[in-house]
Amino acid sequence: MNIRRALFAIAVAGLATTAPAFAQIEQVTPPRQKWAFSGPFGKFDQAQLQRGFKIYKEVCANCHSIEMLTFRNLSEPGGPTFNEAQVEAVAAEYKIRDLDDLGNSIERAGRPADHFPPPFANEAMAKAANGGTAPPDMSTLAKARGYQRGFPWFLFDIVTQYQEQGPDYIAAMINGYKAPPKGFNLPPSGSYNEYFPGHNIGMPQPLQAGQVAYDDGTPTTVEQYGRDVAAFLMWAAEPHLVQRKRIGFQVMIFLIVLSGLLYFTKKKVWSAVH
Amino acid sequence: MTTVSSADHTRRDFLYIATGAVGAVGTAAVLVPLISQMNPDASTIAAGAPVEIDLAPIAEGQIIKVFWRSKPVYIFHRTKKDIEEAQNVNVGSLPDPEPDSERVKPGHDQWLVLIGICTHLGCIPLAHQGDYDGWFCPCHGSQYDTAGRIRKGPAPKNLPLPPYAFVSDTKIKIG
Amino acid sequence: MSGPSTYQPTNRALQWLEKRLPISGLIHSSFIAYPTPRNLNYWWTFGGILSMMLGIQIITGIVLAMHYTPHVDLAFKSVEIIMRDVNYGWLLRYLHANGAAMFFFAVYVHIFRGMYYGSYKEPREVLWILGVIIYLLMMATGFMGYVLVWGQMSFWAATVITNLFSAIPGVGDTIVTWLWGGFAVGNPTLNRFYSLHYLLPFAIAGVVVLHVWALHVAGQNNPTGIEPKSDKDTVPFTPYATIKDGFLMVCFCLVYAWFVFYIPNYLGHPDNYIPANPAVTPAEIVPEWYYLPFYAILRSIPNKLVGVIALFSSIGILAFLPWLDTSKVRSARYRPLYRQFFWLFVVACIGLGWLGSKPPEGIYVILARVFTFYYFAYFLIVLPLLGLFEKTKPLPNSISDSVLQAKA
Repeated sequence: MNIRRALFAIAVAGLATTAPAFAQIEQVTPPRQKWAFSGPFGKFDQAQLQRGFKIYKEVCANCHSIEMLTFRNLSEPGGPTFNEAQVEAVAAEYKIRDLDDLGNSIERAGRPADHFPPPFANEAMAKAANGGTAPPDMSTLAKARGYQRGFPWFLFDIVTQYQEQGPDYIAAMINGYKAPPKGFNLPPSGSYNEYFPGHNIGMPQPLQAGQVAYDDGTPTTVEQYGRDVAAFLMWAAEPHLVQRKRIGFQVMIFLIVLSGLLYFTKKKVWSAVH
Repeated sequence: MTTVSSADHTRRDFLYIATGAVGAVGTAAVLVPLISQMNPDASTIAAGAPVEIDLAPIAEGQIIKVFWRSKPVYIFHRTKKDIEEAQNVNVGSLPDPEPDSERVKPGHDQWLVLIGICTHLGCIPLAHQGDYDGWFCPCHGSQYDTAGRIRKGPAPKNLPLPPYAFVSDTKIKIG
Repeated sequence: MSGPSTYQPTNRALQWLEKRLPISGLIHSSFIAYPTPRNLNYWWTFGGILSMMLGIQIITGIVLAMHYTPHVDLAFKSVEIIMRDVNYGWLLRYLHANGAAMFFFAVYVHIFRGMYYGSYKEPREVLWILGVIIYLLMMATGFMGYVLVWGQMSFWAATVITNLFSAIPGVGDTIVTWLWGGFAVGNPTLNRFYSLHYLLPFAIAGVVVLHVWALHVAGQNNPTGIEPKSDKDTVPFTPYATIKDGFLMVCFCLVYAWFVFYIPNYLGHPDNYIPANPAVTPAEIVPEWYYLPFYAILRSIPNKLVGVIALFSSIGILAFLPWLDTSKVRSARYRPLYRQFFWLFVVACIGLGWLGSKPPEGIYVILARVFTFYYFAYFLIVLPLLGLFEKTKPLPNSISDSVLQAKA
């Protein structure tokens, strides 16, 4: 009786206090998307990542930096897996600030080892060009966004491995621009977004239907853009996700086997005493 | 205590051996990331990627210095005189015997590409100096010739060559 | 450990060493032949689990330190470089971050076990106090480690926690400036936290050695709370306790691996993936879950200084537990009334933890005050009085008797 109560108490203790808490600014729960990379055997959808990259490159990169990402990441396994030639071509499209042999500041064509250059030379310029707030860097954005799940869902999330709050939020937010409801006080510099906490978002609607052309026949709707760019940003934030889950499976199997062996060994050893 | 039959013995021993073996495999597996993390990381390897050098701006007789994998690489556009001096040497008398032909690419005698780290204790030798029209190392006085070979001084070996290839007549790729 | 051991190793080389530094004898008497009560249940394996977690944290920490840069402009980037470029860097980082959470989970189980079975009572008072010291060092280490990431939550948690000291009358502000090394949390703060974060785990290891030494002087407590009376009551530590500890260590690692490989960011806060911005305070500042109960206690008191005192005394009061509990009976197994109050205490701790994650408004404040009151009342009122008035159940004659009774 005591053991069961103890186990329950400890379990709830460990789990109940882990609920991530957000301010009581009103936030509408984004709808759950189906992601190719969710779950214990999840993998990124290569075509989706390539489409998402296209959106980033053509639209988002005009305001958002992604400074932790390098061109060579685009060809690494577990990601959009462009080939070397494509990566060099993409890199060469960019102008990178560098110094020549005499120490003068020059611009040269990008190389695979370079990081994606930021759209603005520094933060002050980014702020000035965007109404006083610099657009956030996108390297870890998919892990820096989320929403509160509430009791008891945050407990179920441990078992179901739901870690996609960020991409769900981003996909919803892209698609969440609408006219403000009657009586909502929207400042002139803001836009109304259903899913942004507080509804007043500084970024105007970034994507319109048909804005980015897809060459694999996928529909060019805003919903699709939202999902594709969210998937790309998730990869950009967590490029080793596929490797992590793969090794995780091997480790879990190993530990289950070892714990089974240890259990029987323990029983055998203790049989001498019982 | 109950007596244990020999069948129980082997079953118990097998369990202990299996557990021990699986445990040992786990311990070894744990060491892999701990040791691997000290190897060069992806950005270091990317920074050490091959670099292409345009040879056209290098005048005859000029030596330039570039960096590859954080090491200084001298590129020497040799004159006819430099090449003759390098070739007309009794190879057997050299401290580190090596004919000039083995230190250049065939058909590109005028281009000498070597790593500018003195083989004595690692200083960077100075170009166009010394008694042999090559390099002079100011640290302990080693002197290298127009093929980068050691002639005088404490250095034991010739200046090493990096891996490189001619992409075209006026461009090389180092690494 | 009572006098020189008479143990002689069979290996010649070890015999040579034994004459000069009796380490084989020490290991033998402390971890092989050491008499362990035979009735220990699985709650007793968490000491070994804690040692394992300390080792894991130190090893992963040392290799992470090979790649981390403690400068305000480079810290966040260096962590991302570890995650992206360093071979298995993502694994080492997730092991270390989730390892801290597992470390605290194990320490709470270990502490509650001690409270339930009366392991803090005479003659184990010093053992218990050493444990409280270890716990305090763990909290300091964990706090500083979290700051090193230099995300939004890192920076603002550092600001909030260091500002607590300004509550001290008179010297408060001077102390805070001294802690910061500047006029606000900044680069000097980050650097000194890095230095101390590397140092304190070794201090913890040292106190753990004292903790195990104190344990071996008194011997393990056990679920009955009565001391071993004869050889029938104990078994040698190896192989009996060793294999039991080993089994639960692997089960513990299963839970650990589940977090590391499948939900590595579950226990963290998304805001810490935003680089620190001294000009922008996040919507809410929340510590990691293992500090939440104390955060709730701090916020439940409207006065700043009294709140800080309550915070530190809620941990400090643990050190007085051996003297606050007046009962002559150790184990809660035989103290039915104590058991009820104990479980209420556990509920209060969990409740405080949950409330620490909520904004301090409305019903949450009232509940936090109720639970805080019960937290202190448990130590200052319930335990002293219970020992005088409680009717305890009859104790078994010996450990082996209780084991046989359980079988019957």
